[in-house]
Amino acid sequence: MERTSPLTTFTPDMFMRNFAEAEPGLTRKGAIEESNRCLYCYDAPCIKACPTSINIPSFIRRIATDNLRGSAQTIMDSNPVGASCARVCPTEELCEGACVLNDVSEPIQIGLLQRYATDWAMHSGVQLFRAGEPNGVSVAVIGGGPAGLSAARELAREGFRVVIYEAKPLAGGLDTHGIVSFRLPQAISLWEVEQVEKLGVEIRTGMKVGVDVSVEELKAGYDAIVLAAGMGYVPPLGIEGERLSGVYDAIELVETTKTGIPALELMGRRVAVIGAGNTAIDAATCSVRLGAANVKMVYRRTRGEMTAYDFEYEFAKQEGVEFNWLTLPKRIIGDELGNVTALECVQMKLTGETGPDGRLAPMPVEGSEFLLPVDAVVVAIGQKRRVGLIEALGLEHDRGVVKIDAQTGRTSDPQIYAAGDIVFGAGSGGEAMVVSAARQGKDVARAIMKKWSGYPDSVVGSAV
Amino acid sequence: MADLSIDFAGIKSPNPFWLASAPPTNTGYQVQRAFEAGWGGAVWKTLGEPVINTSARFAAVHFGGQRVAGFNNIELITDRPLEVNLKEIYETKRRFPDHTIIASLMVEPKREKWHEIVKRVEAIGVDGLELNFGCPHGMAERGMGAASGQQPDLVLAQTAWVKEVATTPVIVKLTPNITDITVVARHAVKGGADAISLINTINSLAGVDIHSWNTIPNVGGQGAHGGYCGPAVKPIALSMVAECARDREVGVPISGIGGISTWQDVVEFMLMGSTGIQVCTAVMHHGFRIVEEMIDGLNHYLDGKGLASVTELIGQSVPRYSNWGDLDLNYKVVARINEENCINCNKCHIACEDASHQCIDMLTNAEGKAILQVREEDCVGCNLCSIVCPADGAIDMVALDSGLAPMSWNQRSRIISGVNGSYSEAEVV
Repeated sequence: MERTSPLTTFTPDMFMRNFAEAEPGLTRKGAIEESNRCLYCYDAPCIKACPTSINIPSFIRRIATDNLRGSAQTIMDSNPVGASCARVCPTEELCEGACVLNDVSEPIQIGLLQRYATDWAMHSGVQLFRAGEPNGVSVAVIGGGPAGLSAARELAREGFRVVIYEAKPLAGGLDTHGIVSFRLPQAISLWEVEQVEKLGVEIRTGMKVGVDVSVEELKAGYDAIVLAAGMGYVPPLGIEGERLSGVYDAIELVETTKTGIPALELMGRRVAVIGAGNTAIDAATCSVRLGAANVKMVYRRTRGEMTAYDFEYEFAKQEGVEFNWLTLPKRIIGDELGNVTALECVQMKLTGETGPDGRLAPMPVEGSEFLLPVDAVVVAIGQKRRVGLIEALGLEHDRGVVKIDAQTGRTSDPQIYAAGDIVFGAGSGGEAMVVSAARQGKDVARAIMKKWSGYPDSVVGSAV
Repeated sequence: MADLSIDFAGIKSPNPFWLASAPPTNTGYQVQRAFEAGWGGAVWKTLGEPVINTSARFAAVHFGGQRVAGFNNIELITDRPLEVNLKEIYETKRRFPDHTIIASLMVEPKREKWHEIVKRVEAIGVDGLELNFGCPHGMAERGMGAASGQQPDLVLAQTAWVKEVATTPVIVKLTPNITDITVVARHAVKGGADAISLINTINSLAGVDIHSWNTIPNVGGQGAHGGYCGPAVKPIALSMVAECARDREVGVPISGIGGISTWQDVVEFMLMGSTGIQVCTAVMHHGFRIVEEMIDGLNHYLDGKGLASVTELIGQSVPRYSNWGDLDLNYKVVARINEENCINCNKCHIACEDASHQCIDMLTNAEGKAILQVREEDCVGCNLCSIVCPADGAIDMVALDSGLAPMSWNQRSRIISGVNGSYSEAEVV
């Protein structure tokens, strides 16, 4: 990565270099060696640890035996966003964490092998799957992110007519817009979108439900609806100075770097990132790669409570990001032109008491206020829920989390199913991972197939 | 440090590591490099009427991402004039008087041809002769190599012709491409052989290119069978060495050949009756320097065993190798899984379930941990689980006291025929 002095300007060249995929893929020799190390376990724990249950020993064996098409097919069959997941899954916590070799040597690099096989599929241009015989049943999918794509892909393979309504100009959701390019280049996500489109799924982009298409139209026009609209941007902090110039939404910040050089200017600036989740880390490393002179993460708790994965934390440290633990932002201070100049913070201490979320509760230390001189503040304290859309659809929810039947993903409206981040948090446990969204998309697709099974038979019957 | 020197049928060698007659012993330059690296002896690439070799000669079998599990060649004997080889043998012997040089020979099965070449080769000074009755390709079509090695009477006759004039020890190199190697070995001994060396290469086709559908290797789109060697052939070679070593009618020193690439292989071949060993493929793969690792490993092994001389290994395991019919049918081992070393890959379960006796259960213990357990009453002690197990110390094969006296099939058959005169079964050998 290129570090710069405050005097130089951020050039397109620098952008290309700094935002190119950071981790190199496996070479052919590397892939052969690594795949041959796999024990090909029976009833393998890595499969059970994968939310989408990819048959990992099988796809690895296929790499080892030079059957990359079969390998990619195994991966993508279980996970319609398997190429993205190869890059963004917290594999240490999932498949690789479950690998039996952890106990005796080193776990198999499943993520890199998965990337090797899916990269092959992407570059070869093969179409791995086909649409099913049309069954006359139509499904509208709201949201073209991992959950929506996953549901759409599964339904299309079974012969359902599927239309995805995507609010943004490009489908792919978080994978396309929300994960830094140096971890997940946009082309990967767009390839996955294309694979779904090739099955006859129509993706209507720039279509906001409730604005560009009405709820009534959807309900009348489709047999079933899958709500997979994810979450929104970052909610306000609720402190003074949030409207100053130089205050950014972390998700928007990342998003602006996904399709080209962002207009925002961080070159040589001092940046404070508020929050300590994976998005906060993304925003921080993004700022570094946009040329920021100094990036500090400001978090009111300690490292022990931060939700970012260990490997994300390590990556941020390597990138030179600093961490201010037990620091609570009080207000953002600007100059007379309305530009950020400092972040006022207060020191915190852990009380020793456990909060409702099971984490140690922090408390401000009286009189410990101090000023952090910064030029920009990036806010990364979670994501807004899509309450407006959920209510427009007339669905029951708990503070923006759509209530569903755990088995089928069906909402309070029997015509509507929900999957992905829009149901995340409702006692679902686990983490809002791309791979979980993919799994939920598959689950609702299966529930819809189950409900409509028999329907195509009767059509055939009447025709004969 | 133990003494590594050997006396092989009267041939003194500083160590048991000899290069087999093959591409690495083609020239004086190579053999001298080998001696500098530490090889104790070399069997010069077979001398005879010079041949013309093909282009594309070698191929290998790779396994599980590892190169050269097996090796295949269609190269023939030396393609250089006899005078050139003899001159280089002379120079090499003069530079390395304490190292062993054996001349490998192959001529038409005619008495005068053998007499002529033996005299010419011995005249320049070699430590012994090795008669190549084993090369399976090219020369066999001309009635030499394996073609003569597959006919016991021709082996006997040719050995005898050589012995009529030879003044140095005569080693007969045997082909494995026969039904019972001891038959040929006995004929070599009857012909006067001072020692035998085995095995030569095994008839093979290394592979077929699944893209072009050509053979591997191919010479302009055509292939022919070659000779197979390398680590994959070691078990075949070892069993043939063992059969010859325990055959009383053979009874001459053995030079063990076939897939030897580590010091452990050397120990195994010597325990199974070899006085010395010969290596080719490991050198083809890694160069002459591989002998340094073999010598070092052997030295440490001998020191660890408290052995003063490598010769103390020779034949120690031969008495432990017999016939199936003499194995104790009342001996019982069962598999036991050590939970603390088990990594739960479940390979033992699926191997037993699909390929053996369905006696390894996947269970959950009281703490909710997944465990694997052998139902010992159903275990036949086949070893399969311990073979597929990738975790060190996870599966032990444990001997159980069956409470019964040892009883082999042959003993059992004799008892049955004694009890019932009208019924008898053939002994199993």
